[in-house]
Amino acid sequence: MSAHSSAVLAPVAVKIVISGGFGVGKTTFVGAISEIEPLVTEAELTERSVGVDDTSVVRGKTTTTVALDFGRITLDEALLLYLFGTPGQDRFAFLWDDLVDGALGAIVLLDTRRLEDCFPAVDYFEDHDIPFLIGVNNFDQARRFELDEVRDALGVDPRVPVVECDARRRDSVKGVLMALTEEVLTQRLAKAHAGSAW
Amino acid sequence: MSWAPDPRMIPPAPTVSPAAAPERPLDTADEQFLRPFMVTGGRTRPRHDGLRVETLLHATPDALGAPLRFEARRIVELCRTPQTVADLAVALRQPLGVVRVLAADLVAEGHLRIEDQLGELPLALIERIRDRVSAL
Repeated sequence: MSAHSSAVLAPVAVKIVISGGFGVGKTTFVGAISEIEPLVTEAELTERSVGVDDTSVVRGKTTTTVALDFGRITLDEALLLYLFGTPGQDRFAFLWDDLVDGALGAIVLLDTRRLEDCFPAVDYFEDHDIPFLIGVNNFDQARRFELDEVRDALGVDPRVPVVECDARRRDSVKGVLMALTEEVLTQRLAKAHAGSAW
Repeated sequence: MSWAPDPRMIPPAPTVSPAAAPERPLDTADEQFLRPFMVTGGRTRPRHDGLRVETLLHATPDALGAPLRFEARRIVELCRTPQTVADLAVALRQPLGVVRVLAADLVAEGHLRIEDQLGELPLALIERIRDRVSAL
């Protein structure tokens, strides 16, 4: 890569969304590679009564606060990569548009014991034309599936990458991020080839 | 200019940069009961649309001398180096939506400038991201 010698590069921040069902390992995944450990919160603005659970959800009179997984990776002096976990519970689906807007791509984590939990995320990224891949998070006790089997079960486009990962291991998480950026590049080049972008 | 967190700020912001922000446990029950949009005067929609969670904000040169209070001042101080909306939310321990409203006000008032927001990412940038991720 050529470095810009004279001008200081303007800082750029890009974002990747980490999605998947409740308890699939999004927090672990983000924590494995992020250089910071905070959670960030968002407030819900309805008067809906919401049950309390031990992950983050807070009961309020008119607002509910949900904790979102949030990670940051400094890729170089002028390039920041942010990871945002989408809330796993359906009732926070309203936050997705905000979080996904402008994302480089998305990673859908999947637990083969609860395959169906990732369907809403897959539907969302397909509908919104966001480059995504499926990361099969291998829990210790989980039955191992052939990746092709997983792909068939999900019914996703054959071009959607399906990769194995261990959300606890930094190297593995890094591999998934690399696979996603490759996928984003592939899609972009295909688009350029089709004459729509450049 | 010295500035200490005002006790009326909700809640008091940590005085460290977001990068150095200490790990904190999930809020305790006491902390949780607050009305997040109190600090925005009840407004929940930003005056300037298009602030994403990863939008970088930079304080304008004279913003630090402006008569800003509480969270607004804190945001401007943090944005002496570019900060994203999400980083500010962590530093101020406020929900993203609250920070978005406050930051949008500051943009509208000329105290914050939005770093160029790219529409479709250039190919060269995506390649740079890939190369940097693989070098992690």
